[in-house]
Amino acid sequence: MESTHSAHAGRFPWAHIVGYILSLVLTAAAFWLVLAHKAGLATTLVVIVLLGVLQILVQLFFFMHITESDGPAWHTVMLLVGFLFVVAIVGGSIWIMSFGGQVVA
Amino acid sequence: MSVAVHPNPSHGPQGAAVETEHGHEHDNGSLYVLGFWLFIIQDLILFSCLFATYLVMQGRTAGGPTPKELFDVPGFSWETFLLLTSSFTCGLATFQLRRGKAASTIGWLVVTVLLGLGFVGLEANEFVTNALEGATMQRSGFLSAFYTLVGTHGCHVSLGIGWVILLMIQLARRGVTPVTFRKVFIWSIYWHFLDIVWVFIYTAVYLNGLAR
Repeated sequence: MESTHSAHAGRFPWAHIVGYILSLVLTAAAFWLVLAHKAGLATTLVVIVLLGVLQILVQLFFFMHITESDGPAWHTVMLLVGFLFVVAIVGGSIWIMSFGGQVVA
Repeated sequence: MSVAVHPNPSHGPQGAAVETEHGHEHDNGSLYVLGFWLFIIQDLILFSCLFATYLVMQGRTAGGPTPKELFDVPGFSWETFLLLTSSFTCGLATFQLRRGKAASTIGWLVVTVLLGLGFVGLEANEFVTNALEGATMQRSGFLSAFYTLVGTHGCHVSLGIGWVILLMIQLARRGVTPVTFRKVFIWSIYWHFLDIVWVFIYTAVYLNGLAR
């Protein structure tokens, strides 16, 4: 992410403006997809979750300086483990509670 | 052991050796930042439990309002816009902080706080409107999970507003020092994290409810 580094040193916050525009575009895309009912429920849900994941990447790389650290980037390792836990907790809960077909619609 | 805190607690290319790259010892500033990342990750796990509960409970409306009936599209769209914009202005505050400019850092932090207050105000208004229509927390499993998830996020935002007001006072009195730099930098990670959590509330709660 050399581009974000040079942007920090520069006089104009290009990286932040690009990040902001990307986050607005991603939000609007998810909003439009749901309100326009362009796709089936399953497709819509998968796409809006993917758009949300892209939003995380925008925040992490453009705003949260994820690529910067003195020494080894332990925070990125911890973050990856954290995401693994999140997927296990959320995905596992929905999956286990779907048995019987009446809890999760 | 070095006690000097470098004015930039988190910088330099990933994995670069500090001594060769910057000519100083590994300092305490980056250790504070690392510790804060650890807090963020445990907070993320707390939110993931609340998300899991909500997603399991969202169909349990017990004859009360369903997500689709309850959610107000202009309301949550404005909340989203305000919080996304505040994450951007928070980034601009950090940008000015790196350039050592205390006054413009405070200026962007004021804008961020005002956007945050607008967000909290809209959310409080949404909750009160819902409750007056009978959609209270005890009405159904869906509403219990909804208020717990969205309310926990709202509490985090409110705490963040109080926190940064204290930091702005420190910045105004002491200017950009290694310590105030590190404190504001850590706060900015917290604020961007709350934006990420909100993006998922927007997606998994509001849009998910409307898509059904």
